[in-house]
Amino acid sequence: MHDLEKSQLTLGFIPLTDCAPLVVAKERGLFAKYGLEVTLSKETSWANIRDKLAIGILDGAQLLAPMPLAMSLGVGPVHKPMVTAMVLSLGGNAITVSDTLYQEMQRIAAATLEAKPHSSDALRAVIDQRRREYDRPLTFATVFPTSTHNYELRYWLAASGIDPDRDLQLMVIPPPQMPSALARGEIDGYCVGEPWNGVCVAEGICHTLVTKYQLWNNSPEKVLGVTEEWAEQNPNTHQALIMALLEACRWLDQPDNRHQVAELVASSRYVNAPLKAVRNSLTGVLQRHPQGPVEEQPEFNLFFRNAANFPWRSHAVWFLTQMVRWGQLGHPVDFHGVAGRVFRPDLYRTAAAALGLDAPHEDYKREGEHHAAHGVSGSHGPIGLGSDRFIDGATFDPFNPLRYIESQLPHKEPRFTDNVVSLPRRD
Amino acid sequence: MHRHSPEEPIRVLLVDRTPGRAALLQQALSDAGYQVVAKLTGEVNLVFEVSRVQPDVIIIDLESPDRDTLEQMREISRHQPRPVVMFADDEDSQTIESAIRAGVSAYVVDDLASTRVRPLLDVAIARFREYQALREELAKAKNSLAERKQIDRAKGLLMQRKGYSEEEAYQALRKLAMDSNKRIGEVAQSLLTAAEVLI
Repeated sequence: MHDLEKSQLTLGFIPLTDCAPLVVAKERGLFAKYGLEVTLSKETSWANIRDKLAIGILDGAQLLAPMPLAMSLGVGPVHKPMVTAMVLSLGGNAITVSDTLYQEMQRIAAATLEAKPHSSDALRAVIDQRRREYDRPLTFATVFPTSTHNYELRYWLAASGIDPDRDLQLMVIPPPQMPSALARGEIDGYCVGEPWNGVCVAEGICHTLVTKYQLWNNSPEKVLGVTEEWAEQNPNTHQALIMALLEACRWLDQPDNRHQVAELVASSRYVNAPLKAVRNSLTGVLQRHPQGPVEEQPEFNLFFRNAANFPWRSHAVWFLTQMVRWGQLGHPVDFHGVAGRVFRPDLYRTAAAALGLDAPHEDYKREGEHHAAHGVSGSHGPIGLGSDRFIDGATFDPFNPLRYIESQLPHKEPRFTDNVVSLPRRD
Repeated sequence: MHRHSPEEPIRVLLVDRTPGRAALLQQALSDAGYQVVAKLTGEVNLVFEVSRVQPDVIIIDLESPDRDTLEQMREISRHQPRPVVMFADDEDSQTIESAIRAGVSAYVVDDLASTRVRPLLDVAIARFREYQALREELAKAKNSLAERKQIDRAKGLLMQRKGYSEEEAYQALRKLAMDSNKRIGEVAQSLLTAAEVLI
């Protein structure tokens, strides 16, 4: 192994079920195996993680997949070039509504809800009815402006023609506060990571309508983020970090291991939530409402299988299209320039190869076209990937992002000028 | 379109779950001529509070989970008449960095000139640091009290086992500490641990 530039690291995480790879790498001695002495720093907000990363209090962190792109482009208050060379998890989120709202959906659109229980069609009927009666608009919550959750909730709403900015109110609430805000009637629904859907269902006050997997099969959720500057100054340490986390993710691929680690993940040191909700979400046991059946969804969280850790640049481009779609990026961006600099499959391949793992040859793939498991080519033969279907059946060509944005309704009109937003120049 | 004339006091909303620190900062801000319009120390609906009290600046404890809620309020200006942004112009990145390191962050209404906010943030940074120093001092005092108790117990042990006088016991501990290049408290601690193991 090459000499480490730095061996004592502090990594930030947010207490959610899918912080498991960090917990496993720490507690099973995988960081230590690669010569790293890691302190895990539990953070209370994504804003904190972003700011502490930007000024170097944290060496790296678990980030929401769109965050390194947003930070690199200055969407939000921090403008700092970032890098991710590894996805930490796929899936793991869900959209949940209050029992009161669910009953309203049943009352107004029983047949629709029965026929399409996972779509937002019944919700749209409720919104239309409320508008006719001058009733108050509904309020939904997500966890951060440039979050997977924000784009997932908006995608789901828009799929039935709901305009998330016009037809309802969206707000941000810290994940652990979501169930209580719902109970107090301050919000009618939310999109959040586990265990905060399961906790709410266990309290008997809500219904989970749709999972992230159903919205976009095998889609990226958390990534390992470091600043570009840090990655350039600490290339060997970065590789060691990726290798330790890859081993942790591989270990988590086994269902027995997930059962074994659930108690530790749920403990006060990490997520600090009821064990049952954490274990269920970690092992893919889903209960959508208190009286509902228990569903086995082994693909609910994926940490390794289906080349889960590969940072597809097509995913980066997709997140950028959503930033344009919802008006966070006013100008079209140099999609592939940004995706190429922030998402780094090249760094991933080096770490994977050192562990004897194969990786996809290509950096981009078309999304939404594969409705079943399929393969892509790697160095030693085909690599198995999962389906990548979107809930509305749409397809995404990463080499034609502007046409994709135009095809998505509603969308904000980007101001098409020569002023292409790009990353700060390197010195 | 500046709503603010320089004569009007800046309206500040404090969000800090540590009541002692919030009180300290409130006093300091009032002394400096700012108007603290509300002080929130518990879990509240921040969107509601911001639209109710209409602050110009929000000073928030970095560890408050409500930061993400504030982040999004600048995006929902269609619904909220009070858009807030984090105060992070490039020229002020040093101030922001000091603030983050001190454990405090600020959100500022768009029409407030950044030159008027920097001194306010400086007051907050100073108070957060002062509070941190106070806490560290308190922790140190607690430690030294605990250490003194251990020295007394170790002396007692030596007096009981070896028939030393109190002065002799103390001198024995001191010699042990000097010989092993340790603090007397550490020597007392290891003596007590050893005694526990042997009993």
